[in-house]
Amino acid sequence: KFMLFYSVFKRLIGKIVIIELKNDLEIKGTLHSVDQYLNFKLTNVTVVNEERFPHMASVKSCFIRGSCVRYVQLPIGELDPEVLQDSTRTEIAKEKAAK
Amino acid sequence: MTECHKELQELLNSQVSVITNDGRILLGILKGLDQKLNVILESCAERVFSKDSGVEQVELGLYIVRGDNIAVVGEVDVDLDSITDWTNLHADPLKHIVH
Repeated sequence: KFMLFYSVFKRLIGKIVIIELKNDLEIKGTLHSVDQYLNFKLTNVTVVNEERFPHMASVKSCFIRGSCVRYVQLPIGELDPEVLQDSTRTEIAKEKAAK
Repeated sequence: MTECHKELQELLNSQVSVITNDGRILLGILKGLDQKLNVILESCAERVFSKDSGVEQVELGLYIVRGDNIAVVGEVDVDLDSITDWTNLHADPLKHIVH
């Protein structure tokens, strides 16, 4: 199975990310955990643009379903695109070899 | 493979806020869940947001919410929730999840 991004997010646990959902809600928080479906759990949560989205005012931690995520904004410098490209090529090569 | 629903088991019997794919906010006590993220909420209530009038809370009772309709499960900070003046909060309802 393609586990590349699962590994990428596992390495980002503890970092602050902003998850933009497919309903335009943007949730900022510390990445607590991720699973194989790229579902996320964030702690210390705040909603970006709180005035427009007060719906989660009393929520401090939340679980987000992977299928509802549009973007995940990562902190600068946390992800090296070159390393990611290499890992992608390696994974694809492995999958081709496995077939 | 880690499964996020195991993380959610920590929230059993506590107050949660579920955001559904059609933009509804359902609050209730998390009584049960499964691998597909189907959820059982006791003393469930829907918080209806509107631009013109304050938040309206509709009591619903015991609810089962289907996992594929869930976008976010948030852990409610009960103290923070009781301080928040929901009746005077004006906001547009959340949008539907658009894939």
